[in-house]
Amino acid sequence: MTLALDALDALESESIHIFREVAGEFDRPVILFSGGKDSTLLVHLAVKAFAPAPVPFPLLHVDTGHNFDEVIDFRDSIVERLGLRLEVAKVQDYLDDGRLVERADGTRNPLQTQPLLDAIVENRYDAVFGGGRRDEERARAKERIMSLRDAFGRWDPRKQRPELWDLYNGRHAPGEHVRVFPISNWTELDVWRYIQREQIELPSIYYSHEREVYQRDGMWLAEGPWGGPRGGETLRRLSVRYRTVGDGSCTGAVESTATTLDEIIAEVTASRLTERGATRADDRLSEAAMEDRKREGYF
Amino acid sequence: MSSATPPRDLLRFATAGSVDDGKSTLVGRLLYDTKSVLADQIEAVQRASVDKGLSTPDLSLLVDGLRAEREQGITIDVAYRYFSTPAREFVLADTPGHVQYTRNTVTGASTAELAVLLVDARHGVVEQTRRHATVLALLRVPRLVLAINKIDLVEFDEGLLRAIEKDFAGLARSLGFADDAVQTIPLSALEGDNVVERSAKTPWYEGPTLLGHLESVPVVGPEAAAPFRLPVQYVIRPRSSTDGRSADASRWGPLHDYRGYAGRVASGTVRPGDPVTVLPEGRSTTVTHVDTADGPLDSAGAGRSITVRLADDIDLSRGDVIVATDSQPTVTSEIEATLCWLGDTPLRPNARLLLKHGTRTTQVLVGVPQARIDTETLTEVDAETLALNDIGRVTLRTADPLPVDDYADIRATGSFLLIDPPSGNTLAAGLVGNPLSIITRG
Repeated sequence: MTLALDALDALESESIHIFREVAGEFDRPVILFSGGKDSTLLVHLAVKAFAPAPVPFPLLHVDTGHNFDEVIDFRDSIVERLGLRLEVAKVQDYLDDGRLVERADGTRNPLQTQPLLDAIVENRYDAVFGGGRRDEERARAKERIMSLRDAFGRWDPRKQRPELWDLYNGRHAPGEHVRVFPISNWTELDVWRYIQREQIELPSIYYSHEREVYQRDGMWLAEGPWGGPRGGETLRRLSVRYRTVGDGSCTGAVESTATTLDEIIAEVTASRLTERGATRADDRLSEAAMEDRKREGYF
Repeated sequence: MSSATPPRDLLRFATAGSVDDGKSTLVGRLLYDTKSVLADQIEAVQRASVDKGLSTPDLSLLVDGLRAEREQGITIDVAYRYFSTPAREFVLADTPGHVQYTRNTVTGASTAELAVLLVDARHGVVEQTRRHATVLALLRVPRLVLAINKIDLVEFDEGLLRAIEKDFAGLARSLGFADDAVQTIPLSALEGDNVVERSAKTPWYEGPTLLGHLESVPVVGPEAAAPFRLPVQYVIRPRSSTDGRSADASRWGPLHDYRGYAGRVASGTVRPGDPVTVLPEGRSTTVTHVDTADGPLDSAGAGRSITVRLADDIDLSRGDVIVATDSQPTVTSEIEATLCWLGDTPLRPNARLLLKHGTRTTQVLVGVPQARIDTETLTEVDAETLALNDIGRVTLRTADPLPVDDYADIRATGSFLLIDPPSGNTLAAGLVGNPLSIITRG
């Protein structure tokens, strides 16, 4: 009697298979790495896929400039420890020379698309790994594991290639590239259970800590250079943690006393809100906010 | 580790059904009743339902994710859904029923260990049901659930439901499904009867609820007991002793000598000491190590990503397949195959395409179709070409010989894609041999 693989082992094996397929078929892959939990998981899986050889890809961070210091320090320490090369594409550079202008709401997440696409063209990346998961959001549920982007980086959900068995078709013309999502089939809880099992180090802001925050649109936003608190918004010192880490202007903290992975897993299991619904203003812009951004080349 | 959930396995399954069978509602019900839908998602659905003038939340809005789908009230593309219970994790491929039904059903079924096929209790087995069942049989989905939905609309009439069950059992048998591979469940996705909670209105039904069945059905597929196959994805060679500083160097021995073949076990089991043969060359050797980043394994089964080391220095690269020496696939450049045509443009006569099998892509010449399967009559008819959603049999000639198994024996090494060289589009899903040989010439 053969026993089935444990769910986490099955997911890990699937992700490793995807990394190795891309290494075998593409010339210039890159891993999008922000220092957040999903991209940290990606890098951990990439290390496991090629051990004892090094990860054969560089990392790319699209930096909004609205960062949490803890996350940037963590990002740099991972890069140093693994001996990987990190490229940083900065939204701030685009704002400084006028190629992009600041949005009225101060959110910089949607501004990441152009620096990302430019970095892909300049470095001739042909495969771009992202930490997107299908359980995050409705438009992402329709995303392929290996997803073709045209020369403008656009996603057309009606023209996706059927994805059969574990045969990924990554053929693309010069100028086109594919986005690859090795953790497509992981859920938020899978990610946390695996982080616990593998003892993966994360930035400290994922764990409960005291922070000066103010409330906007039902979310706790941190004080920072991204504007806030505004009139009528007052700072309070609360025990919070982050469930997702993105641009500081639109990533909310949740009230939490969870300081260990056990406590985080218990909290995620009991949560009545999705991680994006709870903490991401950028997905609240409209019913199809994520779909619209993905069509324009967002990850 | 107090709150760590105990190990549980993972079931990948697919849903299929015609338009208006209530499939999105059933999926919404499964997610809702397993508490996999969270408050913000429910609020969004409630808001959207009110906007559409509905008095009760439309659970199908939970799963129709794209703007066009919500606007048109249809499901366009396969969507993947996730839920879990204390017993098991589930990955659900939700395949829409109308346009491009073969394309979507083939896609969803290709990774599924079980398929839930919906019928409307008022209509029973219809042409669309036969088509879907044929595709599921062709793709060798190991298990089927016939979900007879909307039983509230036929007053939970046992006689009517038994008749549909019997009707479908005949169809399933003619397609080659064993009786114990098929479970019929009468349910109401709208009201929740027999989905997660057992219905008080079907006292005559003694079988499991849908979720109960999904939780208890064996996950291990036929690949586990098949002979060992490992398509080589990548050769791992650290090259120097300073490489691999991320890994625990002492575990691996001298790294400059390390040469491992990375892949995911397609079928069977491999252990150190196993005699293996590398195809297509045909050289035989022995497995010395089954490595993972966490250390060596005593054995690895189907689905696991590993790196093997071999006793002999063999010239081996991506595209080669390591197989059990005592049970080898056929190495051939002439392949009899069944194609599911997925491309918008039909098969051209003597088309020169690309064929992707395992980790190898080679050129292929596709012959004139020998037959097309009429999914309505379940017979073979003459065909000059194959168009979108057609299933037909062809002979292929490949530029390189390929080690292939019959799809009916091993899905992973019996499947391939046909790719259009200029556009790169996937034109067809290919199955080696004739997995529906039970179907006769009409």
